[in-house]
Amino acid sequence: MSELQTFREETRNWLEANCPPEMRKPGDIAWGGRNAQFSHPDQELWLQRMGEKGWTCPTWPSEYGGGGLSKEENKILQEEMGAIGARSPLGSFGIWMLGPALLEFATEEQKKEHLPPIVRGEYWWCQGYSEPGSGSDLASLSTKAVADGDNYIINGQKIWTSYADKADKIFCLVRTGPQEPKHDGISFLLIDMDQPGVTTRPITLISGKSPFCETFFDDAKAPTKDLVGGLNKGWTVAKRLLEHERTMISAMGLSGGGDGSKKTKSGLAEIGKKYAGVDSDQKISDSALRRKIAMHDLNSRAFGLTMQRVGEETKVGSPSPAAAMSKYYGTEHNKLRYELMLEAMGTQAIGWEGEGFSMEELQITRDWLRTKANSIEGGTSEVQLNVISKRVLGLPDK
Amino acid sequence: MALILNEEQQSLKDIAKEFLQKNAPVTHFREVRDTQNQQGYDNSLWQEMVNLGWSGILIPEEYGGFDFGMIGMGSIFEEMGKTLTPSPLFSTGVLGASLISLGGNDNQKQSLLPQIVEGNLTTALALEETNRHAPFSIATEAKKEGDNFEISGEKTFVIDGHSANLIIVASRTEGATDDASGITLFLVDPESKGVEITKTSMVDSRNAASIKFNKVIVSQSEILGEQNNGAAVLEEVLDRAQIAISAEMLGNASQAFDLTLEYLKERKQFGAVIGTFQALQHRAAEMYSELELTKSSVIAACNAVDEKSNDLKRMASLAKFKAGETNYLVTNEAVQMHGGVGVTDEYDVGLFMKRARVTEQIFGNSEYHLDRYANLSDY
Repeated sequence: MSELQTFREETRNWLEANCPPEMRKPGDIAWGGRNAQFSHPDQELWLQRMGEKGWTCPTWPSEYGGGGLSKEENKILQEEMGAIGARSPLGSFGIWMLGPALLEFATEEQKKEHLPPIVRGEYWWCQGYSEPGSGSDLASLSTKAVADGDNYIINGQKIWTSYADKADKIFCLVRTGPQEPKHDGISFLLIDMDQPGVTTRPITLISGKSPFCETFFDDAKAPTKDLVGGLNKGWTVAKRLLEHERTMISAMGLSGGGDGSKKTKSGLAEIGKKYAGVDSDQKISDSALRRKIAMHDLNSRAFGLTMQRVGEETKVGSPSPAAAMSKYYGTEHNKLRYELMLEAMGTQAIGWEGEGFSMEELQITRDWLRTKANSIEGGTSEVQLNVISKRVLGLPDK
Repeated sequence: MALILNEEQQSLKDIAKEFLQKNAPVTHFREVRDTQNQQGYDNSLWQEMVNLGWSGILIPEEYGGFDFGMIGMGSIFEEMGKTLTPSPLFSTGVLGASLISLGGNDNQKQSLLPQIVEGNLTTALALEETNRHAPFSIATEAKKEGDNFEISGEKTFVIDGHSANLIIVASRTEGATDDASGITLFLVDPESKGVEITKTSMVDSRNAASIKFNKVIVSQSEILGEQNNGAAVLEEVLDRAQIAISAEMLGNASQAFDLTLEYLKERKQFGAVIGTFQALQHRAAEMYSELELTKSSVIAACNAVDEKSNDLKRMASLAKFKAGETNYLVTNEAVQMHGGVGVTDEYDVGLFMKRARVTEQIFGNSEYHLDRYANLSDY
């Protein structure tokens, strides 16, 4: 038996013995943290077992608590988890965003201190990037950190900090070099949220309740040892982290499906048939709507295939320039998808709550509103188009 | 399913690119156009393509072909789209080769396919009868007369119809005009009595003809495939043809885009290179995105042919739809962004727009394929 086959065998046996029955059903994913909330005792047990093995972060090096798995081994782990319907044991911005940045930019001491708790889900991390005055022009941020002995004293305000009201810690961009050119005076700092100088306030969106918050720093403190990537070198870390974020967001545009072999209908056609009715040939009777749905389906397919191709190109070693368009196209396409659902559903799509609408209808309406933020958060569509035209197409600045 | 070329396929594409850039760049197309070459393509260039094996790419090895597959053929068409190279490769190497190898009996395959591989036979498909693609709406009639058939009717937009040595005619042997069944494909010698061919001069200065059939006598043995059952073969061949032409359209759009990008980087107005203007940058970035989507659709569709995917029909429509939409967007923008020189004959960019509009009409425009995709998806 090859090593990988042995690994598959062992993994299968371990999962069989350790994945609690409740965690083999679909459901919510634990986010951990100091005040962790579990929807079922099995969820806690599952996190604990997977965390000990490092399989919440399978490919991170084992010296930092990770699973130390190769890409191939991780693929096997994911397949075997999929085979028994095992839920992901832990979700967090620590895993998806901060961890990869720390692995690349942090000192050995910082990695040893901060990575293992992420693996075990001990802290809930949130991200402090945008400010009221610094949206697309993120590098103009003004939240200040001033050195004072072994600490930085932080003053300022962040916005769009997802889950700041639940988070234990925040990775934050702060201005440490007020005299430097704007990109060269920013540092990447880790700050504890549980202190008197930090307060948060949730933001209500057009779609209703949201995880977004405003976060205020009034003489908050953070140890100088928790500055990552070097003083005034935070922009490099920030940019890399944004790439991870954009990948996360652009995946949403794929919900229409891109699998060439299956008859993917993306759900739009069913909604069209259900709400607009069908003619004697079982075609959507509103022919203009049918045409728009078909166009959307075709573009979903083409986009899905493009993401697949980008993946293949990256695998053989040439990072595909097409990756730059995924956030732009994915989010714009997804917005259009919801607009088409609304068009199909008519008055059933404009309910807010309560009687007269199904749960699914109300959800679609809220999701429609939420998609409007997708092409703004993590870099607006306009910023993405700037990135494509400058970095991919080589169009000049001046 | 792989959406990137393997080593062998990449090498074929590189060779095609080098050959076409060197031997058949846009200046070659202009020469064919301006010398009023009645054949519509240069015979010696075609023979060189034959020597490279291109006419036999879709033909099985047992008939002398190379069985290299649609990904290989697609790569060549993409490169030909960039250089606007006129050749009978589409009508012969894709349409003729596929019609005969998928529909023909052994005798027909043995006698005709090797001739295509060797470059001794060019073919044309006489299918369309109206100004819109309607492949199974056939009024041209083939009446049984003793042991023979007698074909009467009019065909339009027959690509290479005026130069081909053999015409494959979709005719009705049974049923009403709009019935998919009852269509029979016939091999017709263009020299036959009653065949009247008129070359039509198209906006792209390439090749098409109108053909009248006045009681043209053909024997039973000239039926390609089964009598009354031509639609099945036709549909499979049209899928391939739509994909090949989509690949050409991808090349056409890519080249128009590259020309425009170059122009944006050098043209100065208001004291600045116009490529610094955000209004133009964003439009360029959008075109880039659409081109990437088109590229993926075309290669996936080529793959669907090679892998005999059961979703081939929808993939063919996806490719033709995306290629059509993108080519329309990009060629229009290319002319506009070039400003005044964009509407001169001296600059190449207008030539790409003209060719785009002709390829859009070949075997179904974007709207046709949008509708077909929805039908095939049961809505």
